[in-house]
Amino acid sequence: MTAPRTLYEKIWDAHVVERRDDGTCLIFIDRHLVHEVTSPQAFEGLRSAGRKVRRPDLTLAVPDHNLPTTPRVGADGERLPIADVESAQQLAALEKNAPAFGIRYIDAIAPEQGIVHVVGPEQGFSLPGTTIVCGDSHTSCHGGLGALAFGIGTSEVEHVLATQTLLLKPSKTMEVRVDGKLGFGVSPKDVVLAIIGKIGAAGGTGYVIEYTGSVFREMSVEGRLTVSNMSIEGGARAGLVAPDDTTFAYLKGRPMAPTGENWDKAVAWWRSLATDPGARYDKVVTLDAADIAPSLTWGTSPEDVVPITGVVPDPMSFADPSKQEAARKSLDYMGLAPGTRMQDVAVENIFIGSCTNSRIEDLRAAAEVAKGRHVASNIRQALVVPGSGLVKRQAEAEGLDRIFIEAGFQWREPGCSMCLAMNPDKVPAGERCASTSNRNFVGRQGPGSRTHLVSPAMAAAAAVTGRLTDVRDLLGASA
Amino acid sequence: MEPITTVEGRAFPLGRKNVDTDVIIPAHYLKTITRAGLGKGAFETIRAEPGNVFDDPAYAGAPIIIAGDNFGCGSSREHAAWALGDMGVKAVIAPSFSDIFSGNAFKNGIVTVVLPQEAVDRLLAVAKDHPITIDLESRTVTTPFQDRFTFEIDPFRRDCLMNGLDEIGLTLARDAAIAAYETKIAVERPWLAN
Repeated sequence: MTAPRTLYEKIWDAHVVERRDDGTCLIFIDRHLVHEVTSPQAFEGLRSAGRKVRRPDLTLAVPDHNLPTTPRVGADGERLPIADVESAQQLAALEKNAPAFGIRYIDAIAPEQGIVHVVGPEQGFSLPGTTIVCGDSHTSCHGGLGALAFGIGTSEVEHVLATQTLLLKPSKTMEVRVDGKLGFGVSPKDVVLAIIGKIGAAGGTGYVIEYTGSVFREMSVEGRLTVSNMSIEGGARAGLVAPDDTTFAYLKGRPMAPTGENWDKAVAWWRSLATDPGARYDKVVTLDAADIAPSLTWGTSPEDVVPITGVVPDPMSFADPSKQEAARKSLDYMGLAPGTRMQDVAVENIFIGSCTNSRIEDLRAAAEVAKGRHVASNIRQALVVPGSGLVKRQAEAEGLDRIFIEAGFQWREPGCSMCLAMNPDKVPAGERCASTSNRNFVGRQGPGSRTHLVSPAMAAAAAVTGRLTDVRDLLGASA
Repeated sequence: MEPITTVEGRAFPLGRKNVDTDVIIPAHYLKTITRAGLGKGAFETIRAEPGNVFDDPAYAGAPIIIAGDNFGCGSSREHAAWALGDMGVKAVIAPSFSDIFSGNAFKNGIVTVVLPQEAVDRLLAVAKDHPITIDLESRTVTTPFQDRFTFEIDPFRRDCLMNGLDEIGLTLARDAAIAAYETKIAVERPWLAN
């Protein structure tokens, strides 16, 4: 009998091509997602070495980071040019490289186009028990399906393109268990913010997290993708939720998902991946669902988390002197004074989107709050950016676009948008944004931008009140 | 890649923790399609601060950065490693690094040295006025004051760094093993063919 293994160990073992004496393994990669920012130098490397892509069939390319979210097609159906010369050049490089190396490419105006981490699961390209990589740290997202998915640098992108493998050392394992019932108005985003607040931005470094407990068992796949997406903000390169009937129901019938006999074989194998009773994790962290409130960040690290009912902390309240110094710098950058109630902080920008929170359930949650209300007068821009063209269509079929537009939001084309300031969507210097994205780093949403990470419903609540707001005060209350 | 055995010289005594990849190289520099020239955008937000270490002539051209916990957290952008390389940095010393960043640094011939906070604090003090030396052969960081800190480094990475090995070339030489794995999986997990 083999020793009990965790979900992570089972996926790892199933992908070992070769094991070296020092423990380093050559790991086979089942799925490789490619976007325009981290791939041009990799393709150039292949070209200059005269190398080919080993498995173009396991590779999928889609542009997302640089694309403006304004209309892409003119009145007579022609593609509109991209004003930023460098962005246009980077997008053109992918459009040229993908077919040149035989890689499937979803172009900027295809209905399937979207953020790589929304497209992969939506197309059924991302599957449980697979190894998935992409030159983007939020590849951890796909772990919500029970895949071992992680971000890689461009040299590794080139390595995977050329060999369909990576040389890796096994990670340590961390179980993050959340049991109990989530309170009213508490979303998957709040759960992951609470987790990062607890373990810290470096707490997961060297680990792969497995999310366990009743909260994740009862969570939708989209919610699991949100949680797993932000594993990297807690330092963990990957996060995992064991695949179950919820996962299989989500995947069945998706364009690239297995069919017929292959589907049945796949489900049988996926079921066998759950962590065995008695398997040990290197570290265990537990949270009680009842302790998690709608949450948000106050500083410039994703670990800077408080409940919406809380106040801006005093830097001196941290035990670690380097954290005190970091907190002082953060508050100075954020323009916040210790003791300020989070709910008294006015915002000027709202961003609902990103690979963390741009799926249909996210848009529904935001629309529920926005319905019948209007964006406050102090809000300068309020963007709703669906994660893919298919999410956009679905939302329009449900009338969500009308709700947002009538409430004064802008309804945009899919892409990474205001998450990272690589395209025209930016937060102006010195202004504040309630954002459903994943990083509140200095300058992340534009030079001088001030980010508060929140859930979609909390972002919509901030939009209609003009300040950071406890969404529970609006939910259930009539508009 | 250039073989590397020692890194010797002045060190930027940065000291901060959670130096993220948006700080190392902001997103607006990521639109390049080459690896070169990113040094000009490195640490842009820190360099906007008066008296910052990167614009202090005492450290001009320093090949080492000394930082706090969780250096390189955030994005997978290898541009962070390219930017450091372009500004002449060959090693970073910190109590911890993000996993993705340390991999990217290694692949660009930049040594990431993990030392305990006390050792980092001592090196920060020394580096204000004196050079330090990192030696991969002996896995030590030394100062002109007889400080000697030993660090752990993955033997494979150390070997690649010291011999300037091309990892893709090494893996391509394992083609038969990869092909055998592919054949086996085509039978065991037929749904993976796409």
